[in-house]
Amino acid sequence: MSDSILEIDARDLLCPMPIFKIDQAIMGVPLQGRVKLVATDPGIERDLPAWCAINGHVLIDLARKGRIWTAIVEKGS
Amino acid sequence: MVDDSEIMTTTPFVPAGNRPIRALGLLSGGLDSTLAVRLLQEQGIEVGCVNFHTGFCIQSHTGAMRNPREGAPPPRHDALHAAQTLGVKLHLIDIASDYVRIVTHPKHGYGKNLNPCLDCKIFMVAKAWAMAKELGYDFIFSGEVLGQRPMSQRRDTFPVIDREAGVAGWLLRPLTALRMPETEPEKRGWVDRTRLEGFSGRGRKPQMALAKKFAINDYPSPAGGCCFLTDENYARKLRDLWAFRQQREYSMEDILLLKAGRHIRPAPHFKLIVGRDQTENRFLSGFRKGRVVIQTRNIAGPLTLMEGEVSSREDRLLACRIAARYSKGKESSKVAMSVEYEGVTEVMEVFPLPAHELPDQWHV
Ligand code: SF4
Repeated sequence: MSDSILEIDARDLLCPMPIFKIDQAIMGVPLQGRVKLVATDPGIERDLPAWCAINGHVLIDLARKGRIWTAIVEKGS
Repeated sequence: MVDDSEIMTTTPFVPAGNRPIRALGLLSGGLDSTLAVRLLQEQGIEVGCVNFHTGFCIQSHTGAMRNPREGAPPPRHDALHAAQTLGVKLHLIDIASDYVRIVTHPKHGYGKNLNPCLDCKIFMVAKAWAMAKELGYDFIFSGEVLGQRPMSQRRDTFPVIDREAGVAGWLLRPLTALRMPETEPEKRGWVDRTRLEGFSGRGRKPQMALAKKFAINDYPSPAGGCCFLTDENYARKLRDLWAFRQQREYSMEDILLLKAGRHIRPAPHFKLIVGRDQTENRFLSGFRKGRVVIQTRNIAGPLTLMEGEVSSREDRLLACRIAARYSKGKESSKVAMSVEYEGVTEVMEVFPLPAHELPDQWHV
């Protein structure tokens, strides 16, 4: 696993833009590299796990603090 | 694309390398496109899907900006969830900027509101076909059903879509295929036509029966609609925007702002957008830049954006009186309002505009 974490700030973006952002960003990440996503759209709670599942990525963590969601995703196959 | 010389007539075609036939579908996440995927999966076809973001999708942005009911699950992106359930790869493609010309200057005109369905379909099908060729899919398909939509899903418009998108013969519509001429994938034996459907019309019963057969029970209601351009209120606001700018153009900010708040135009040169609840106020707050922001100072009230020609104090005063009438102080004789513009905050004490002084025609 790589140590570097790419951070994506998707605050104030509405669905589906946070997913578009991570979809684009993860392309440049090596296998098993990690991406941190910060978002305020509540849709992320259901959409991010679905996006990870269909793309073979691993959702390491998804936590909510007030109106902010922070997720760590590990790039899979 | 597969070379004609490789075609076998008696057995289903298998491309070189013995890979399965691959098809790329347009997936909205609604029941029809979901069923189209399942029908092809049943035949052993390897399916991938594409979903286009136009900027006008109702379920996405709006779901996120409205106040969710207490305990209700958060909004979701239907295509993503359908893809997960179906176990298919989904390509999410943002076409919003290219899509502007489709909305502003559609060759085939609009439907009942500002929906350029025929041009939209042609554009999406052409994009999907280009992607299919690039990604190594053998044909494309959609969940369209003959006679279901008045503008784009008709016997005379299907061939227009196929021809103008440059995909004639290579776009399969599995749910309505038995009512259509055979497509290339059927002719070549890649798809067993006898296992496709011949649905037509606006009824949903055959689709629901097929969903039951496939044990698909988590799908969005078709009643909700999926595109703001078919919505009468939204189309009116977009027309208003074009009329007062004297040109048919829009930015992503414009089309997002048309989705939220009360839109009130007291004069041709300016418009107000008044938040209707906390979530809309928060949403509108993200669009302060370049606009006048009006808020009550000491009592609860909406966040109001003023846009257009805003330099006259008299206009700002009227804007404050309108904003105040939607605040907790609407019955008061004086409400303190703050008006922020270009880094300067001005305070105005106003008498909220009474209902009879706010003509219906100001509401966009
Ligand atoms: S309803 Fe909207 S998304 Fe659907 S075809 Fe018409 S314009 Fe396109």
